[in-house]
Amino acid sequence: MIKRLLQSVGQYKKLSILTPLLIVGEVIIECIMPTEIAYLVNEIKAGSDLSNVLRHGLILFVLALISLAFGASAAFTASKASSGFAKNLRRRIFEKTQTFSFENIDKFSSASLVTRMTTDVSYVQMAYMMIIRIAVRSPFMLVFSTVMAFRLGKSLAVSFVIVIPFLATGLILIAKNAMPAFRAVFKKYDKLNESIEENVMAMRTVKGFVREEYEKKKFGSAAENIRKDFTKAERIVALNSPLMQFCMYFNIVFIMYFGGKLIIEGRGVDIDVGQLSAMLTYGVQILFSLMMFSMIFVMLTMSLESMRRIDEVLCEESAITNPENPVYEIKDGSIDFEDVSFKYSAKSDNYALADVSFHINSGETIGIIGGTGSSKSTLIQLISRLYDVTVGSVKLGGTDVREYDLVTLRDAVSVVLQKNVLFSGTIKDNLRWGNKNATDEELIEACKLAQADEFISQFPDGYDTMIEQGGTNVSGGQKQRICIARALLKKPKVLILDDSTSAVDTRTDALIRKGFESYIPDTTKIIIAQRIASVEHADRVIVMDNGKIDAIGTPEYLLENNQIYKEVYEQQNKGGEQK
Amino acid sequence: MKKANSRPPIKKGVLGRVIKMLFSFYPVLVPLTALCILFSAIVSSSPSLFQQQIIEIIQAYTESGDWQTAAEKIVPLLIVLISLYLLSLISMFTYTQLMAYITQGFLSKMRCAMFDKMQNLPIKYFDTHKHGDIMSIYTNDIDTLRQLVSQTLPTLIQSGAIVLVVMSIMIYFCGWLTLVVLLGVIAMFIVSKKVGGGASKYFVRNQKSLGRVEGYVQETMNGQKVVKVFNHEAECEEEFNKLNEQLFEDGYRANAYANTLGPVIGNIGNILYVLTAMIGGILLVLNAPNFSLSGDPLRISVVIPFLGMTRQFTGNVNSLSQQFNTLVMALAGADRIFTLMDEEPETDDGYVMLVNANIDENGNITESKERTGKWAWKHPHGDGTTTYTALAGDVRMFDVDFSYDGKKQVLTDVSVYAEPGQKVAFVGATGAGKTTITNLINRFYDIADGKIRYDGININKIKKADLRASLGIVLQDTNLFTDTVIGNIRYGKLDATDEECIEAAKLAGADDFITRLPEGYNTMLTNNGANLSQGQRQLIAIARAAVANPPVMILDEATSSIDTRTEAIVSRGMDKLMEGRTVFVIAHRLSTVMNSDVIMVLDHGKIIERGSHEKLIEQKGTYYQLYTGAFELE
Repeated sequence: MIKRLLQSVGQYKKLSILTPLLIVGEVIIECIMPTEIAYLVNEIKAGSDLSNVLRHGLILFVLALISLAFGASAAFTASKASSGFAKNLRRRIFEKTQTFSFENIDKFSSASLVTRMTTDVSYVQMAYMMIIRIAVRSPFMLVFSTVMAFRLGKSLAVSFVIVIPFLATGLILIAKNAMPAFRAVFKKYDKLNESIEENVMAMRTVKGFVREEYEKKKFGSAAENIRKDFTKAERIVALNSPLMQFCMYFNIVFIMYFGGKLIIEGRGVDIDVGQLSAMLTYGVQILFSLMMFSMIFVMLTMSLESMRRIDEVLCEESAITNPENPVYEIKDGSIDFEDVSFKYSAKSDNYALADVSFHINSGETIGIIGGTGSSKSTLIQLISRLYDVTVGSVKLGGTDVREYDLVTLRDAVSVVLQKNVLFSGTIKDNLRWGNKNATDEELIEACKLAQADEFISQFPDGYDTMIEQGGTNVSGGQKQRICIARALLKKPKVLILDDSTSAVDTRTDALIRKGFESYIPDTTKIIIAQRIASVEHADRVIVMDNGKIDAIGTPEYLLENNQIYKEVYEQQNKGGEQK
Repeated sequence: MKKANSRPPIKKGVLGRVIKMLFSFYPVLVPLTALCILFSAIVSSSPSLFQQQIIEIIQAYTESGDWQTAAEKIVPLLIVLISLYLLSLISMFTYTQLMAYITQGFLSKMRCAMFDKMQNLPIKYFDTHKHGDIMSIYTNDIDTLRQLVSQTLPTLIQSGAIVLVVMSIMIYFCGWLTLVVLLGVIAMFIVSKKVGGGASKYFVRNQKSLGRVEGYVQETMNGQKVVKVFNHEAECEEEFNKLNEQLFEDGYRANAYANTLGPVIGNIGNILYVLTAMIGGILLVLNAPNFSLSGDPLRISVVIPFLGMTRQFTGNVNSLSQQFNTLVMALAGADRIFTLMDEEPETDDGYVMLVNANIDENGNITESKERTGKWAWKHPHGDGTTTYTALAGDVRMFDVDFSYDGKKQVLTDVSVYAEPGQKVAFVGATGAGKTTITNLINRFYDIADGKIRYDGININKIKKADLRASLGIVLQDTNLFTDTVIGNIRYGKLDATDEECIEAAKLAGADDFITRLPEGYNTMLTNNGANLSQGQRQLIAIARAAVANPPVMILDEATSSIDTRTEAIVSRGMDKLMEGRTVFVIAHRLSTVMNSDVIMVLDHGKIIERGSHEKLIEQKGTYYQLYTGAFELE
């Protein structure tokens, strides 16, 4: 998994390698400095010349500047490398989602994909930066400081031999115990926030049923539960600082006592006050690098969840791919369903569609009616391979749809989805989704056909009116008509309207259908509708019930012979005269 | 590292209020913790004093090499030091454990207080605040509060104490060197302000770019199926790459500035350290006169601990200044939390209560402690008497005017009479005021002018909880809770048996699809029932209202996503349930309202037509036009 994610480092590989090198440079200098300072201190103590003091001082000053240069450039390269890594990762996820079939899209909610591309990526970016900066820095710091301490302080460095394993064990134990506790509580915490959100959204329901006290009680016990878990986890982590402090104190006392002994017994020849203070500095450096290492370790394991979530998207294989030798030519708009059965998931027991067979002639107008959940939408989505059949075969122009090139197929079959969306941009931009190169005249023609031209030209900015995200600034009926125009611009061989005129009044609805008949007579038109008026002028109507075809026939025939059709018809036309 | 004044101003007293709340929650533990922090801070800044003395001894005996005598002097010093350290460790252990306890307890109490408060807020609050903004108080702002309590406040005490103690010791030893350190710290401030300024400039840009990427991704992911249908993948990728590239450009600059700050400050600290050593050395060599509180001359035993103190001093000044950022952010967060807590709660001056009742043959009503299946309004009067009125479900509105914002009139002169047993429908375009009427009946909002009477009682006199309990509402936007299907239905009546719930589901026509779910009535619903279709969600919502069995039911577009055949089944069930009771129906679809007793056509907050379906068709007015399809409703 990590290897797969690391592929996204791409062009930032050089920077990613350069960063640890720069860091190592910085660390080396930082480890030399206390030794140099020790010499400086000894010089001062010995009361030597001012020139000697100045010389050591100058060396230290230069060292500090070099360290600064190393540190600053490492900060720059690390930032650029990790941001670049994140950029590539986002791009890869986005590109992956673009290959998704409807089945894949159903699997991931759009909100979860957004989180993966933003929050999760930034966690991984953080982790990456940590690795190339601090995960390199800490062990090097540990090793170099220890080496320098041994060189300088000789036997005094034994102190570190005692303290390092002690602190390391302590830190590992703390991290090991705290991490599962945190992971568990974070999950609960997410749930708690979800339930708050649920309440905020459902406030009318809560108040309507007078459930305020009930909700408070429910929330109170959930919050208390989380408090207990959080406190437990935090208390484990809280052991960190006393542990660290204990090691520091031990180090100071040890070095003061044995250092003093060594200096006095050796009469300050082998080791002197300068070394003594340097050893204290090394102690701080070593202990802190251990501490950092354990922190990073915790952060990394926390980002593992994000990595897993990203990897899940990257590994998702699109269920629908182009065939090897695709057919680019579609003969006509005739459609055949041959013994088609379909289920949404291989695991599920019930088929959404079972044993469906029928033939539609090119240019025919077909209506489809049926109750909620009768699989009307499922049926038409098989035609442009938004889903693939489980059993049987769907043919367009006499050829199985799975043999066509996907782009060719979907350009030929234009679907106006039930849950349709407009994108932010002008109306023109949105229309051109249907045909990038459409001229303004063509746009207007399509809109006239979809009965959208009238209201669009009444907008102050006409076709250049900005559509807000989600199309919130046009009404439902207007949105549906723009969506129809957009689909018409593709000049498809098959046009499918999935309940696309539900918010349009019946008169306009009729005008749209009339337009189809005269302007695109050769296009096969499939109209799914709740309203009987929308299908009663179709050549034939398919009545769906529970994933099966209940009947196919002319509207007149169905009115005579089909129970469901008759019921719906009477329901919608009872009382009052029909227009 | 920036000063607070470069930030938006924070209301005064916010910090004080947070501290006051902390104290009120934990009146003993909080001061105890503060004391422990203070103690361990002072202890951890004192070793330099011992160090100075020990080095002095070492120096004195280096010549002679007499460790025995030196040890006699050093050991007692070390023992004092060790005891201090032990005390410091104990206090540190105590306060870190206490902090963990206090922080989480405080957060939990705050969360509950916010949630309780939120439940008491009027619907208006939720209509005028974005849900995302409310949520952000619970997540982001609470998080800044956590940082404030668990990090910023302890650090302020600790580092503040250390800085003060160390500075006193430094001045005690040598004024000149202290001056050098102070100058260095000022230099640190200036540099970090520069670098920090660059960082925050790019962070603002980074946030904007991130927002743009997020917005684009959100839009594309939501419309992914449309993208597929139109073969628009390549164009989307191109657009995304543009935004992504911009985010990268801003992001790495922001990070680079922020990351540089560490090494820069660290190395200024190093340079300062070297400078102190050099100047100390020069002063020693030159034997310059010392300027100090102790009046002692400058010796090597002073310079060495001084170097350690330099580190300690700069380190703590640095962590103090770093807390400024979090402090400012935390106070902004706390301010938003307090704004929520200070919101005006929903008021309730009602005193008429809904009680269980026994009604004898003569229509005399007596109150009952037990559930009788019959209800009555208990109406205490000013003269001490109490009258009872049987709950019937008679709702009348007289000349009601209403406006949400006090400017734009939403309802004008609306009068509605709904008798028990009647089905009253509202038809009209979006914004005509249909839903507003129901908002007024259950007092989510209060009318501006006119009167609403429920069973003859002014609804302002009825306790809100009792009024709402007597009304069943099914809304267009169905909200289901994370729970089982049956749990969701039971929400309507918490003590309903499984049989009652299933009965209600059957009535609502939901039983059929529920039994086909993988685990039937025990299927878990999550994410507002995301695994169900909109129509199925509506059926469950209707079952939920049905189990409550209220005398008055309001169906606000409750069947909008249900196909007409299923709707007919639902409507038959509801008609049976609501026999002899009052039903308000709001719907787009005329087939939903056709069989109502009265249909009101609303236009711009006024009732323009009223009557039965047949009567309205005869009138050949707006309703007729709607019916014949000459008009569309939006």
